[in-house]
Amino acid sequence: MWGSGVLQGMAVTIKNFFDTYTKKDGIFTVEYPEKCLPAKERFRNFPILVYDEKPEDLRCVACDICAKECPPKCITIVKAKDAQGKPLKQAAVFDIDFTVCMNCGICEETCPFDAIYMDHEFELAEYDRMNELIYKKEDLSKPWNYFEKIRPTDAKEINARRASLPTKPTTPPSQQGS
Amino acid sequence: MENVDQIFVNAKKAVIDLIDGFLPPQAVLVVSILISVGVIATVAPVIMMYLTWLERKVVGRIQNRIGPNRVGKFGLLQPIADGVKMLTKEDIVPEGADHLLHFLSPVLVVVPALLVMALLPWGRNMAAMDVEVGLLLFFAITSTGTLSIFVGAWGSRNKFSLLGGLRAVAQLISYEIPQVFSAIVVIMVTGTVSIVKIVEAQPGFNWFVFTPWGFTGLILFYIASVAECNRTPFDLPEAESEIVAGFHTEYSGMKFALFYMAEFLQVFSLSALAATLFLGGWQGMFLPSWAWFFLKTYSLIFIMLWFRGTFPRLRVDQLMGFAWKFLLPMSMINIIVAGIWTYAPPMIAWAAGIAIIVISYTVLTKLNIRFHIDRNRKFILVD
Amino acid sequence: MSSAPETETAPRISTEQLEISIGPQHPSTHGVFRMNVILEGETIVKLKPVMGYLHRNHEQLAEDMSWLGSMPYTDRLDYFCSMSNNLAYALAVEKMMGIDVPERAEYIRIIMAEMTRLVNHTALVGFLLNDLGAFFTPVLYAFREREKILDLFEATAGSRMMCNYMRFGGVKLDLHPDFLDKAKDIVEKYPAFLDETERLLTKNEILMSRCQNVGILPKELAINASITGPLLRASGVNYDIRKIDKYSIYDRFDFKVPLGTVGDVYDRYYVRILEMRESFKILKKAFKEIPAGPFISQKGEVAAKSPRNMKVPAGDAYGRIEAPKGELGFYLVSDGGTKPYRYHVRAPSFINLTILEDMCLGQKVADAIVILGSIDIVLGEVDR
Repeated sequence: MWGSGVLQGMAVTIKNFFDTYTKKDGIFTVEYPEKCLPAKERFRNFPILVYDEKPEDLRCVACDICAKECPPKCITIVKAKDAQGKPLKQAAVFDIDFTVCMNCGICEETCPFDAIYMDHEFELAEYDRMNELIYKKEDLSKPWNYFEKIRPTDAKEINARRASLPTKPTTPPSQQGS
Repeated sequence: MENVDQIFVNAKKAVIDLIDGFLPPQAVLVVSILISVGVIATVAPVIMMYLTWLERKVVGRIQNRIGPNRVGKFGLLQPIADGVKMLTKEDIVPEGADHLLHFLSPVLVVVPALLVMALLPWGRNMAAMDVEVGLLLFFAITSTGTLSIFVGAWGSRNKFSLLGGLRAVAQLISYEIPQVFSAIVVIMVTGTVSIVKIVEAQPGFNWFVFTPWGFTGLILFYIASVAECNRTPFDLPEAESEIVAGFHTEYSGMKFALFYMAEFLQVFSLSALAATLFLGGWQGMFLPSWAWFFLKTYSLIFIMLWFRGTFPRLRVDQLMGFAWKFLLPMSMINIIVAGIWTYAPPMIAWAAGIAIIVISYTVLTKLNIRFHIDRNRKFILVD
Repeated sequence: MSSAPETETAPRISTEQLEISIGPQHPSTHGVFRMNVILEGETIVKLKPVMGYLHRNHEQLAEDMSWLGSMPYTDRLDYFCSMSNNLAYALAVEKMMGIDVPERAEYIRIIMAEMTRLVNHTALVGFLLNDLGAFFTPVLYAFREREKILDLFEATAGSRMMCNYMRFGGVKLDLHPDFLDKAKDIVEKYPAFLDETERLLTKNEILMSRCQNVGILPKELAINASITGPLLRASGVNYDIRKIDKYSIYDRFDFKVPLGTVGDVYDRYYVRILEMRESFKILKKAFKEIPAGPFISQKGEVAAKSPRNMKVPAGDAYGRIEAPKGELGFYLVSDGGTKPYRYHVRAPSFINLTILEDMCLGQKVADAIVILGSIDIVLGEVDR
């Protein structure tokens, strides 16, 4: 009968209409910000620098590898110098420009010192681009137990690897992800 | 039961009795008219506002999401927020536009839509204007809205608005003819043009929709009304902004709100008229008459919203073909069926009615070349 | 601009031609794309596409970055199907370097590529109906299904759209532990969604009358204009790169290639639905047969750890895949260093757009939008 296709289409939409009242996941949307979807573990948003005990003792030794690998070149590192002008294994300036960072995660993959990782925070909107969206070393520092909370599986493997190796980092991680 | 049914009529009578002693009879008449008009003029925009709310909620639920629910509980204050937004917008008038026509057009479109609300029987003894030629007046008033759209399109001095307006006018006048022809069957059978008497000719549950000509008439009238209100799937004039701008592009703020209001008021009044002509208006048992009226009207409106959530749009030539080559012949055949119904004994009338309608439907769909769609496309699957 | 009012009736009144520009801001959701159209009455006489509003200089940026550094940028070419783009680039570089890919990684790549095909074709069905005017209902149904697959991508690769997942010699990370269960669940339920969509759309008379015999593309013209992808197969040409090149391990899967007969908008829409059904077969087999093992080869792992030192031997290579939109190819020239010497993307949307004018001539303006929607372009690829 001419017109049956149209009626079948209407049957589909009315079924969806009633499903929103009767089925548990009939309504597919989530009312943010009262309810949030659970965060996935491997979600990568912006980078953070980790420290073990004190925020001044970051794991980062300012080797400049992540700044060289970063595709859009958003990391700026200036090595610290001590009183005589000799370079220390620390960064004096470590800036990441969040307006440039494209969340690719290559800095995390290539860091040989387990110092920089990708965070889950995404509610970072600001009004001022220059002053507030260029994150300095202090804004980027987060403790290692924060990382263990947000990414427990990866943290377990990293801890296991670090405990079994001598103090200097050597080979890249094998088939265990990082 | 009788009291609940006539609650509004009795309230108005009480008010009139109150002032009867103070004023001369002509003034009482004027006050009586003002009360009816005032009530309609208040109720109609509220109906329109909550119709927009209903549309957004229903279409949202069809799409597996909740509609607006932030502004007030269940989003009930959303139409008020929309109204405030429209009022505070800047009123832009193009430089070369004809200022008088540009200003008048929204008003000219809204006035007929509001006016016909007075002709509808909202319940038993509740038609504000009980005229002998009510139905004819209804169609005549709604036709004037067509010309006002063209006035608006012309007054914008915009080529695309003009094209959109021309198309809108062509669509509206093409679909008016099947609409009126479908209503003629009711006039034929009841022998009267007055809307109030048509409702009274369908007592209890003997509605006209339970007859072959009534059922066909309802479907044809309803489809033609959907086209008259510019709703999907016939919403070329308003959503033609795919390519060419619709006729109301150059209107901003309150003027656009008035166009929008006219469209929704037409949705309500045409659904109400369909319910009145074919579904028995306020007739029904157990509930008060105005409750039945709103129930029937809102069911038909729900179907219109359901169409909106489901169908894509028809192209302009397909739209015109549908009206002239399908709806018009069907409505004329419906008149013949209604005639047979009136003059033949019941068994023959039912059999002949259903047979004629089914045969004509099949013949018309086969004859229409444009409707020949290829249902059996072959698709090959190769390795 | 002409100024005579348009009348569609008496041919003895000479009407002037009207030139309008559709875009770059579109009510339909294809991106910033402009069409200069010359109309005679209602019919299109001449059409010129104008693109370049989204040019981001991808090819030149790659000449200054390490080979792996431009992998995140390839995500952003066809931003609906980032996994396929990554795969094409990885294949091209692996050809030049001569790296092998372990078994598990091959299976993972095929699973991701076919899921990307599902994602893309579902979105296209939604957007085509949006162009036709069906006020967002099919779009939202399609997005509901897409969300489930995108959640899987996020759990495995870290991001829903810009996955950056493939590496030279394998993939970046192993599959998430419950990936396989969830993916099997989704592939079980997907045919039900397709059936529902078909019931809503395929036999719908309004859709059929608007899509059939609109925008017909003849076979010879399609072949001569180097059209690829579902657009070509809807016109009846049997050309699917998965069957011809047999890249990765596609020769182990048996699936059919759907072909259309007429080559109009309706055929293109339906061929894509049939392709989705074939993808289910591939996915089911891959889920069953995926072996355990390494997910990246040794050389690839070393390369991924320090991309700035990865040298590619001199030479050139062209790596192509059957992306959901057509043939996506990367032509790379290396001079033996750590950065590409020349990097060119053969984008399917860009090449498929060249035929837009021929398909639209003689049609009405309302059809031009529908035809554009059926070609399935995405501006990230067209402008790179």
